[in-house]
Order: sequence, then C-alpha cells, then structure tokens
Amino acid sequence: MAYSEKVIDHYNNPRNVGTLDKSKQNVGTGLVGAPECGDVMRLQIEVDPETGIIKEAKFKTFGCGSAIASSSLATEWLKGKTIEQALEIDNMDIVEELSLPPVKIHCSVLAEDAILAAINDYKVKNGLEPIKKNKI
Amino acid sequence: MNTNMKFPIYLDHNATTPVDPRVLQAMLPYFTEHYGNAASRSHPYGWKAEEAVDYAREQIAKLIGADAKEIIFTSGATESDNLAIKGVMEMYAKKGNHIITAVTEHKAVLDTCRNLEKKGLARVTYLPVGTDGLIDLNQLADAITDKTVLVSIMFANNEIGVIQPIKEIAQIAHSRGALLMTDATQGVGKVPILVDEFGIDLMAFTAHKMYGPKGVGALYVRRKNPRVKVTAQMDGGGHERGMRSGTLNVPGIVGFGEAAEICSKEMYEEAKRLQYLRDKLENELLKIEETYLNGHKTQRLPHVSNISFKYVEGEGLIMGIKDLAVSSGSACTSASLEPSYVLKALGVDDELAHSSIRFGLGRFTTEEEIDYAIQHVIKAVHQLREMSPLWEMYKEGIDLKSVEWVEH
Repeated sequence: MAYSEKVIDHYNNPRNVGTLDKSKQNVGTGLVGAPECGDVMRLQIEVDPETGIIKEAKFKTFGCGSAIASSSLATEWLKGKTIEQALEIDNMDIVEELSLPPVKIHCSVLAEDAILAAINDYKVKNGLEPIKKNKI
Repeated sequence: MNTNMKFPIYLDHNATTPVDPRVLQAMLPYFTEHYGNAASRSHPYGWKAEEAVDYAREQIAKLIGADAKEIIFTSGATESDNLAIKGVMEMYAKKGNHIITAVTEHKAVLDTCRNLEKKGLARVTYLPVGTDGLIDLNQLADAITDKTVLVSIMFANNEIGVIQPIKEIAQIAHSRGALLMTDATQGVGKVPILVDEFGIDLMAFTAHKMYGPKGVGALYVRRKNPRVKVTAQMDGGGHERGMRSGTLNVPGIVGFGEAAEICSKEMYEEAKRLQYLRDKLENELLKIEETYLNGHKTQRLPHVSNISFKYVEGEGLIMGIKDLAVSSGSACTSASLEPSYVLKALGVDDELAHSSIRFGLGRFTTEEEIDYAIQHVIKAVHQLREMSPLWEMYKEGIDLKSVEWVEH
C-alpha cells in the first residue's frame, strides 16, 4: 500500500508525541481503540483555565502509519483552539488532509473519538456535562 | 552506507523468490528459438520442446526422489492443490467422502475443502494445532475412519515455517487406506523431501518459491504402491496423462527444471548458510524486550523467522522498517480485517498477531544485509514504542488485560 506524502511526513516526524500529567485538573485524556483491533490512540489536551484555549496537546498511538498520522495531525489542529472549536474537527477533514484511502478511514474516526474522549475527560474533571456523540 | 546492498532488502522469500540468473539463461532459448508446442509431433520444433519438458521432468523428479512420469505440470501450487484434492475426492468417491486437513493450511487447500463441503461432496475435519504449530498425531488417529479418502497436511507452513511430521502422518493415513497429500510449496528445494521416504502420495509445489519463474507448478502423483489417480478438473487435449489438459508452458517448465537441479546440488549448503543468518537475525531481535518467536523453534524451515514485537503494531512497524521488504500477520496488511489465522490457530493473542513480522531469507541474502536489518528493526521498534501508549502502560505496570478498551 502506498501512503500519501503527508502520512509519511507525520509518521517520520510525528508532532507532539508525549505524555501530559493526567492528574492535573486542566488536562483531559482520551484513550480509544483496543489492542486486539490493532489500534490504540491516547490523546491529551491541556486547557488554559483563563482563556479556555487548548494550549498543549500530546498523543501516543499504537497502530499503522495512518493511525499515527491521524493522531499527530489532530494534536496539531487542537492547539490554539477552544473546546468548542475543537469539537468541530471532523474525521473527514483528517481524511482529506492526509488523503487517506477508504480502508484507513477508521483511523480518522478513531482520532475524532480520541478528541471527544479527551474533551469529555476534561469536562467531567471540571464538573461540566460531557458531550454525547450523536454522529452516525 | 555500503553500496553493495540494494534497497529495500528483500526478506520476503516465502512470498516468492527471484529467478536465479542460471534459470533465466536456461529458459531464454525456449521463448524465441525453440518455441514449439510440446504436443506437436510432426516437426522438430515440437520434438525439441517435448525433449526439454522431458528433461525438466527428470530434473524435478530427481529433486524429490520420484519417477519423471509421476510429475504433472500445472500453473502453480494453487492449481496443484485444487487438482489433488478435488481430483482425488472425485476419483475415489466410492471409498468415502472424508478429508482430514489442518487449520493452518494455505487457503488453496482450506478453500478447496470448503468448496467441496459446500457442494456436499466431502466432509472435512480441520485439525487444530498446538502453540508450536504442529498437529497432534493422536487427534489425527482419532479423526481418521475407513471413509477417510485423503489426509492433506502441508509440509511446512508459509507464515511460520513449522514442519509437520509428514512421515508419521502418512503412516496413520495409510493404516486406514487413505492417501497422503502434502502442500510442500515452502519446503521443496529448501529441505530434502523424498516422496518414498515420507510416504507421500500426492505433493503440490511450485517453481517460483525455489528461484524459478512464476506461473508453473507441479503435482506429484504416485504411480506405484499404490498407483494413485486424480480425475482431471479441466477438460481439453488430455495432456499430462489425461490429468491436466492445456498446452505446456515450455519455457516455464525448463526454468522449473533448472531451478530444481540447482536446488538438488546446493540445497544442503544453502540451508546451512541461511540457518546461520536466520539464527543470527532471530537471536538479536529476540534480545529486544517483549519479543516472541511464533512457531516451533527447531522443527522449522531454516530460512524463515516469525517474530511478534509486543506493543508495536505490525503495519506501523513495516512502515518504520522501510528498507526491508517483509510481511506482517497484521490485519492491516491483508485484504481481510482479521489478523493472521495461522497465528490465531497457534493461540497467539490478536494483539501479538497484529505485532508480527515474517522474515524470509533467501539464496542471495548476505550477512551484511542481515546485520543492517538487525539494526534497522531494533531502531524502529524502539522509536515506535516511544510512541506507543501500550508500551508506556506496560512500563507503568498496568495490566493491559484489565483495561476496559473502547472497541471501534
């Protein structure tokens, strides 16, 4: 399978690999996927309590190149966004940006799930109502 | 970087092998000079082609300790498997309808059996394998009945290289009057396989796994003790003693013959050399923490190694070792969404199956390439583990089995 140049770039130079302190009040952690399925993504956001803006985002991913690239791209996009803006990131934007083939669309879905999971973790920690996913 | 190495380094010799230059040289005149149809009896073009086919048949028969008349040429091992299984079940329908095979067989055998099952033409027992990849002879003995027509067990597995005890399997088959068929695609030309010594009645193999061309294979069909026959599965001119019609692929067959002769002469030395290189690669890679060898450690082909690198996903790893041409048991690299059914049959966790890489060495693999491969894999595994949330959790002492995963 041939990967797009952008996938290869993210794979070779992943942005924002790492770990944030998940015990901090303003850090939200999302862990999605399952080892048996061959994909696990962990995405973390750190929100500035003053401005409500995501000031830091980190990921670690067990998965194929497209999964790694999708999560790497997601962290890039998350930084500087508010929670509301972050929720607007659609998996199809990731598909388009990385030119993912149809068999790899699930990688982008997983990245979107990871964003939501991280946001909800942050919300729950801060006494806010988590968002239910109503997308098909 | 040394310029002698050609990138990516080819370590996928269980998928296919390059044509040996000596094989190619032998083949070339049969495309443009001696292009006759081996079935043409009326002129020298035909005679020359027939002579070449007869000679190749001898070369191939010699490699497996058979008589030349026992070699039926086909388009490849898949066709040979189909012809053997369907042809035997049709020919011996009076004896019964039972086939015994194993869950780790190649799809060419499994799907042929399923096809016969679906059409109501056979009842099939699929023997399980142990964690080492070997079938249990007691289970075979329990499954076999007087209605068993065929026991079809592969000689060596294509994913893990594990070699089945064919001699003992043949004895059990024969004790109940069943025939023993083996798909020896991975074994012929790599390790000595003599049909009489093993008690093999039918054997499928192919040229392109032994440095010959693609598109030509053979089915060995025993002619003595007992005389075995298969019903043709393709109608036509009655070539190959009526068992397989179709104009013979003369250049391909000439190449197949030459490849077989080279293997006859060089297989022993080659196996020793490749086993040394394979062991070196394997030992170094197994020094990496949390890596596992899949399949039996010793009862195995000398040139293949299947290793799982835990906490790293196979396709991601393949992308990381882009200087190596290898394959993975990960679902992502196959058309289906399931990880390798062979590894699953060994009881390997899905997670570890997703993390597996098959290294297949070959005639032209050098020690320099293996040294390079070792360093390349070690580096990629470390890099990907730094990026793996599972590795981090493992290092923190979290039992991954206790985590509630959100499957998608």
